[in-house]
Amino acid sequence: MGYASTVKMPFGPQHPALKEPEHFLFELDGDTVVGVTPRIGYVHRGIEKALELSTYGHGLYLAERICGICTVAHTCCYTQAIEELMGIEVPPRAKYIRTIMSELERLHSHSLWVGLVAHEAGFDTLFMYAWRDREAILSLFQEITGGRVLHAINTLGGVRRDISPELADKIRCTMEYFEGRVKDYRRIIRTEPTFLKRTRDVGVLKPSDAAKLDAVGPTLRGSGIKEDVRRDDPYIAYDEMPFNVISSDGCDVFARTEVRVEEMMESIGIIRYALDRMPAGVFRVRAPRNAPAGECVSRVEAPRGEDMHFARSDGTAKPERYKVRAPTLANIPALCRMLVGIHVADIPIILAGIDPCFSCMDRMVVVRGGRASGTLQSKRDV
Amino acid sequence: MSIAGEALKQLRRRPCTIRYPVEKAKVPNGFRGMPVWDMQKCILCVLCQNACPPGAIRLIGKGPDAEIEYLLDRCIFCEECAEVCPKRAIAMSHRFELAGFDRSKMAFRFRKDRQVQGQHDAPKTSDSTGKG
Ligand code: SF4
Ligand code: SF4
Repeated sequence: MGYASTVKMPFGPQHPALKEPEHFLFELDGDTVVGVTPRIGYVHRGIEKALELSTYGHGLYLAERICGICTVAHTCCYTQAIEELMGIEVPPRAKYIRTIMSELERLHSHSLWVGLVAHEAGFDTLFMYAWRDREAILSLFQEITGGRVLHAINTLGGVRRDISPELADKIRCTMEYFEGRVKDYRRIIRTEPTFLKRTRDVGVLKPSDAAKLDAVGPTLRGSGIKEDVRRDDPYIAYDEMPFNVISSDGCDVFARTEVRVEEMMESIGIIRYALDRMPAGVFRVRAPRNAPAGECVSRVEAPRGEDMHFARSDGTAKPERYKVRAPTLANIPALCRMLVGIHVADIPIILAGIDPCFSCMDRMVVVRGGRASGTLQSKRDV
Repeated sequence: MSIAGEALKQLRRRPCTIRYPVEKAKVPNGFRGMPVWDMQKCILCVLCQNACPPGAIRLIGKGPDAEIEYLLDRCIFCEECAEVCPKRAIAMSHRFELAGFDRSKMAFRFRKDRQVQGQHDAPKTSDSTGKG
């Protein structure tokens, strides 16, 4: 009859799930998605080039701004790479403070996400409570570092501010409160029928697909694969921390929620352990201005998954090449797999389910014949 | 029902929000607000200019007439300048209401003998309003 059997439906770039621009072109057969084409690159900020134009010390503040939520993860990754190039060893106390900050960040990022996914599931009450409780962590950040969102605490050669015993007590106090809250979330998500109905068997990602498509972070662990950079390739003080790598066999959005909530409990444990055993001594050493020529890849487990930075120096005060692979980019192929075969109404919750941070991942746009096409390049190029 | 219990508990608590323009948020000690210069202490060594990642500080002029220009619209409140200053002439104030509509009002100049007016009055205290 001349009609195509499928309909193409654009989704985004105006805030497809979270308040960030990204475009997905869905191919629909009736109400079922049969194909999806992502188009990334709307918020490409040229951060890598800017990093190559700034000195190592100044670049730290750019690395911090790659992501507003994973600032500690990105600065940890950056400082780790540059410290390796410069050949400086961070004092143990700084390592512990970085670990505490990283875990606090995981708590705040995961509770933000729990709120968001509850919101997408139509459960706004939990959204409000999760975000109210997250405020406790943000206030803590403000007290430790002087900033709620951008902490500016990591620096080349250590950290910029110490955690005093009074502050440590305050953190313990907040953890006490937060632990109760996380237990509440856990009970709510496991028992609330509306939430279960919206998230069980939604956005299924089989373990084989998750491994093949290189999913990272809670998306991967929600498919039953126990992989965590903190355990597999320990950095800062994680080799001394006792914690479990959480995974869940559900393979759906519910499993990803469960993984994140359980991870929050582990984070609280890590923070308590690190506070109790914080080594004394200096928390900062002087970093040189220049780094000798060399290359370095550094990995950290950001709240959203594995974050990877690559730096190449040519002996000057600025990196010759700097490359960032944010966790969301790694999760996009897996996301596209999850989105095939689902109903249109499930799109937002599945998109939100990977905890996307689109502006962190917008690294490149491939220009072909004068037209920008936002295809992902091969893994080697990335 | 846990949610209903939580709602009842919240009823007895204060609201989570504050009545903002009337009631101001309290910031803790060590908060990184707008940096202010104490030109009595400054020796014009330009270390702060070199340390500032976004280039928000500039030394203008030479010798005793030199002024420090601080661009609020570029500043990222990182505290590098306060950290690097050998004379501790820079302090991070507690001012956080710094938004404005006019970028030209966001340049402040500090001069050694007296605080002169650049395009705008240099801030002196931490409690004056932040409207640029
Ligand atoms: S670093 Fe301190 S002393 Fe030097 S120019 Fe800046 S404010 Fe003045
Ligand atoms: S706080 Fe940071 S950005 Fe602002 S003037 Fe000081 S060094 Fe520059």
